[in-house]
Amino acid sequence: MTVKYTNDHEWIDAGDIASATVGITHHAQDALGDVVFVDLPAIGSAFKKGEVAGVVESVKAAADIYMPADGEIVAVNEALRADPSLANSDPLTAGWFFKIRLAKPSELDALLDKTAYDELLKNA
Amino acid sequence: MSPDGSPAAPLSPDALLKTPLFDLHVELGAKMVPFAGYSMPVSYPQGILAEHRQCRDSAVLFDVSHMGQLRLEGPGAASALETLVPVDIVDLGVGKQRYALFTNASGGILDDLMVTRRGDHLFLVVNASCKAADIAHLRERVGNACRVVPMPERALLALQGPKAVDAMSRLAPALARLTFMSGGAASIAGIACFATRSGYTGEDGFEISVAADDAAALARALLAEPEVRPAGLGARDTLRLEAGLCLYGHDIDTATSPVEAALSWAIQKVRRSGGARAGGYPGAALIDAQLAQGASRKRVGMVGLDRVPVREGAAIVDDTGASIGNVTSGTVGPTVGQPIAMAYVAAAHAKPGGIVQAEVRGKRQPMRVVAMPFAPHRYFRG
Repeated sequence: MTVKYTNDHEWIDAGDIASATVGITHHAQDALGDVVFVDLPAIGSAFKKGEVAGVVESVKAAADIYMPADGEIVAVNEALRADPSLANSDPLTAGWFFKIRLAKPSELDALLDKTAYDELLKNA
Repeated sequence: MSPDGSPAAPLSPDALLKTPLFDLHVELGAKMVPFAGYSMPVSYPQGILAEHRQCRDSAVLFDVSHMGQLRLEGPGAASALETLVPVDIVDLGVGKQRYALFTNASGGILDDLMVTRRGDHLFLVVNASCKAADIAHLRERVGNACRVVPMPERALLALQGPKAVDAMSRLAPALARLTFMSGGAASIAGIACFATRSGYTGEDGFEISVAADDAAALARALLAEPEVRPAGLGARDTLRLEAGLCLYGHDIDTATSPVEAALSWAIQKVRRSGGARAGGYPGAALIDAQLAQGASRKRVGMVGLDRVPVREGAAIVDDTGASIGNVTSGTVGPTVGQPIAMAYVAAAHAKPGGIVQAEVRGKRQPMRVVAMPFAPHRYFRG
């Protein structure tokens, strides 16, 4: 498994570059608090790295989900749409947001690995 | 991921004030955030939703010691305060409490507050963010007619929820017999307190003023009761919003009048045009005119017909896309289970039942204008 992290607290699992899974980290869900709504992108839509591809809202705030790399949305998590609390209870597996077909898989090299992300949290 | 709204630059932690319960909050695992110059608990490990439900189902304890407490002393205190608020203070009986508003010369709201008449003085509770300005305002305007005495040596706890009275019955039976919007002095678990039957959640409950030195012991005694768990400012906000209660600086401010804010109920007949003590407070002419003719815009409640939360700052438009107002508070109501919001809208759109559109991220979300509260008040009126 090849999981990378963004400075904005998304994770991307690019085990399959044609269908890389994106979600938010434990730190992100903890900072947000109880998630009550997610706005997921349309399947087939394409985004550039850093563009807003979705929104996650807790009782107290809304936050944008940024695209970790250029790509096209190939799947969204309907279970998360139905039960947004999955983003809190299981952010790294059942609470995934969407899957993308990576346009430039090499972009992932610039993202953080687990060690670098943990370091980012320590210094936050 | 990043928050949409960029909050004001936080003060350095050292610059933040601490309430007497700071160490207890940390011990309980609270997430502390800067609020009105204080480090305050936004939530505890159970989270905002669980704390909200705990308050609706049982009882919670809030630390609201950041709020301003003060006394107005002297025989002229009630008449003096009436020169600053459109509220009947002179006729307020001993032990009775009333909601009041400091107004400005243009009829806007400087702050909202609670006033309780005690035997020999008036006891005021004002918003944390306004307290310095309120004290300056009182000293400047009525400092010659009464003594303005800030009470920084006091802490304030709010015990809220349908079972708050069960806990109180065990610790201070006399206070458990108070009715809504009245207050009395008693000792709770052996600690001298002044409590009122009031709150900011729509539920039955108490607000308890206590010496700062005794606050932690009192909080521990209340939290030891089986009904009671701690709750933070996050749940306090969702609870007050479901109860339709205004948050100063958001739903009311210097640019909103009491009539626009749908707070006309707080202006008693005796202070209105034709009343025995009509006017005589800042902005009275404007407010009286609005009471007679209505205001051009009004604070309303709205419920989302879709699931998308609608938050402060969202524009409200009619079916043609014309701007008719804006949202001042909004969330997904944990008890009502739907997006709820307060907004100011043009008077023509303020009637319950109408549908308006809230603009969220470029899309229109239909919302129904409804009467507030969103969750029914459950006050104990005796």
